[in-house]
Amino acid sequence: MDLSYNETQGMLRETLARFLADTYDFESRKKMLASPEGRDPGIWKAIATELGLTCAPFAEEHGGMGGGALENMIMMEEFGKVIAIEPWLQTVVIGGGALKHAGGALAEATIPAIISGDCVIAFAYAEPQGRYNLADIGTTAKADGAGYVLNGHKGVVYAAPWATHLLVTARTGGGRRDRAGVELFLIEANRPGITRRDYPTVDGFMASEVYFENVAIPGEALLTGGIELIERVVDEATMAVCAEASGIARTMVNQTVEYTKQRKQFGQPIAKFQVLQHRMSDMFVEAEQVSSMALMGTLKLDEAAEARKAAVSMAKAKVGRSLKFVGQNAIQTHGGIGITMELAIGHYFKRGTMIEGQFGSIDHHLERFETLAYPA
Amino acid sequence: MDIDFSPEDLAFRDEVRTFIAENYPAELRGKQDEGDELSKEDFLSWHRILHKKGWVAPAWPVEYGGTGWTPTQRFIFSEETARADCIRLMPFGLSMVGPVIYTFGTPEQKAKFLPRILSGEDWWCQGYSEPGAGSDLASLRTKAERNGDHYVVNGQKTWTTMAQHADWGFFLVRTNPDVKQQEGISFLLIDMKTPGIEVRPIITLGGEHEVNEVFLDNVRVPIENRVYEEDKGWTCAKFLLAHERTGIAGVAGSKRGIEKIKAIATAEMDGDKPLLSNPFFRRKVAELEMDLTALEYTELRTLAGEAAGKGPGPESSVLKIKGSEIQQRITDLALEAAGHYGAPYFRGFGEGDNEHPIGPDWAHRTAPSYFNMRKTTIYGGSNEVQRGIIAKMVLGL
Repeated sequence: MDLSYNETQGMLRETLARFLADTYDFESRKKMLASPEGRDPGIWKAIATELGLTCAPFAEEHGGMGGGALENMIMMEEFGKVIAIEPWLQTVVIGGGALKHAGGALAEATIPAIISGDCVIAFAYAEPQGRYNLADIGTTAKADGAGYVLNGHKGVVYAAPWATHLLVTARTGGGRRDRAGVELFLIEANRPGITRRDYPTVDGFMASEVYFENVAIPGEALLTGGIELIERVVDEATMAVCAEASGIARTMVNQTVEYTKQRKQFGQPIAKFQVLQHRMSDMFVEAEQVSSMALMGTLKLDEAAEARKAAVSMAKAKVGRSLKFVGQNAIQTHGGIGITMELAIGHYFKRGTMIEGQFGSIDHHLERFETLAYPA
Repeated sequence: MDIDFSPEDLAFRDEVRTFIAENYPAELRGKQDEGDELSKEDFLSWHRILHKKGWVAPAWPVEYGGTGWTPTQRFIFSEETARADCIRLMPFGLSMVGPVIYTFGTPEQKAKFLPRILSGEDWWCQGYSEPGAGSDLASLRTKAERNGDHYVVNGQKTWTTMAQHADWGFFLVRTNPDVKQQEGISFLLIDMKTPGIEVRPIITLGGEHEVNEVFLDNVRVPIENRVYEEDKGWTCAKFLLAHERTGIAGVAGSKRGIEKIKAIATAEMDGDKPLLSNPFFRRKVAELEMDLTALEYTELRTLAGEAAGKGPGPESSVLKIKGSEIQQRITDLALEAAGHYGAPYFRGFGEGDNEHPIGPDWAHRTAPSYFNMRKTTIYGGSNEVQRGIIAKMVLGL
């Protein structure tokens, strides 16, 4: 057994970490979020071209380095440490992942554009009524000659205002919540008939409500794989946010420890109080569990569907719980200053809180795990 | 022993209920339901209605404008206002400085300030906390030096809630640095328009402007605005804190919070069933109700003790700890109920703005209030400090 990173992986981590240390200090991030676009698109371009990192999880025949989920995990953990708002999750993990598994001409054409940083993807899958059920889809893709016509509404589509392409789940047949008939399409974001309502999210991203009204798309926009493909990609995305959570949890622990060493009360640094020492020890313990579960789930992503799903759900539920514990206690230990926009800690807490619910709440994943692991 | 309300209490409850139904401003209810940010005028409108009725300060002695209600009636009143989701009255004048003034103030101070607190003419803010002090309140450093018939005040206060609207502030200042920490503090009433005062906003995680920093640079305060003796302000401070802690359990508000969660979870679907049918969600709501009931009965026991002449002692720490935790858990469940629609960030909608919120009407405030309510276990003496009080004062450790 060897759980260490190889030389290339170590280098990837270092390259990204060094770059983010320069570009993503707390003040710079604040400025990006406050800018009209809500980000600095130059940073994404630099990650893709100057650093050449976007090629890491793709196969060599697509111009990649032959990596996969582990490389995504490394990147996402580093992004988490600085609460970066770059669209790696949406573009590389989800968009790139779907294309990789589906293959075909669309993959040949699009993956190089992802690697070059020219293609930014947003994943339009959730619908207002659907909660976390990936098959609960009212959006329709009706066959029309060689192509399809899209109609429907997708909610809270992260990164949609920045995207060149939308990865859309839609129904070609079957009734709402039927697994059969659910398909995945990759389309240009500016197709006629697509409208968006953009807004910021509480964790610093931009997102949109996306509406499709008789949007004509070509037959080649369909990625073969149906609901199984979507579930696989969402499981990969789930592990990617768990990796991000690992970076976030660690940083929250470190910042809390540093703060309590500086902050004095009742005549001494509050780090000297036993009750806070024990609490921070518990936070450290939980942050370690986050990292362990991020690794466990990531390593199981290539297993057969049922084993993969069970592992991912177990990981996500545990990560959600631990993250809640670390985040809430980080804020409590910081006291009043922790609930202001002035210190970074609150911003970590906000992103962490959103991760708890992203791609399924603790309850949702515990239930999926139970159903798979203890069949009735 | 009888836990039921007497016929008189029930009649009183109906009277309060009817009054609220007939007098609570409809536009305020609308704003509150939408989760809009409330203006100074919003806060004051309900205050003025209650003042006109003579109900604005139930806890005050009758001679100063109180209602003469029994503790049970006061409990019923707060329960009914919360049940109807009435806007919270600003406590700084009514529950904090008012009682200090009628207990420790001079006849002139009583005559000058109390009627204006009742009418809402003066908006008060609290100058207790300082950067670097927090729950260690007595370590405060803002100093006031005698200069003829004035104090000259220099220093910095923080977490000053709603100071952006305040006409007056009550401040703890150090008048004697050479004695034990608690013994050199004085209690000053300061006109917030005095030159040298600067109020700077602190924006909290939910995006709200609720608290401020207050800088005092050579602020001149007339001696007659000191309440009680010089250097003995800690007596006023402790008295005020005891008042601040009553009602800190927030039972009535939490009951209303749980009702809202249940309504939301009945309307929101999870698959083909309401969210409230989801066994996991349902279990959490049930546990919350169970814990809230335990808290409610703890508060009732405290009230009964109070009615029997036992002042609220260190047991009020129990109310603070459990009450604040329950308030947080309610926001946790609301955010969970929102699902994806917890993420959109919106500042509320301005007058005449007919844009629809993103997702269900109630959802866009769930994450901001979840973030904001992390304060409940921190303010009013953090829960760590409350546990310390129990350990020391109750358990004798």
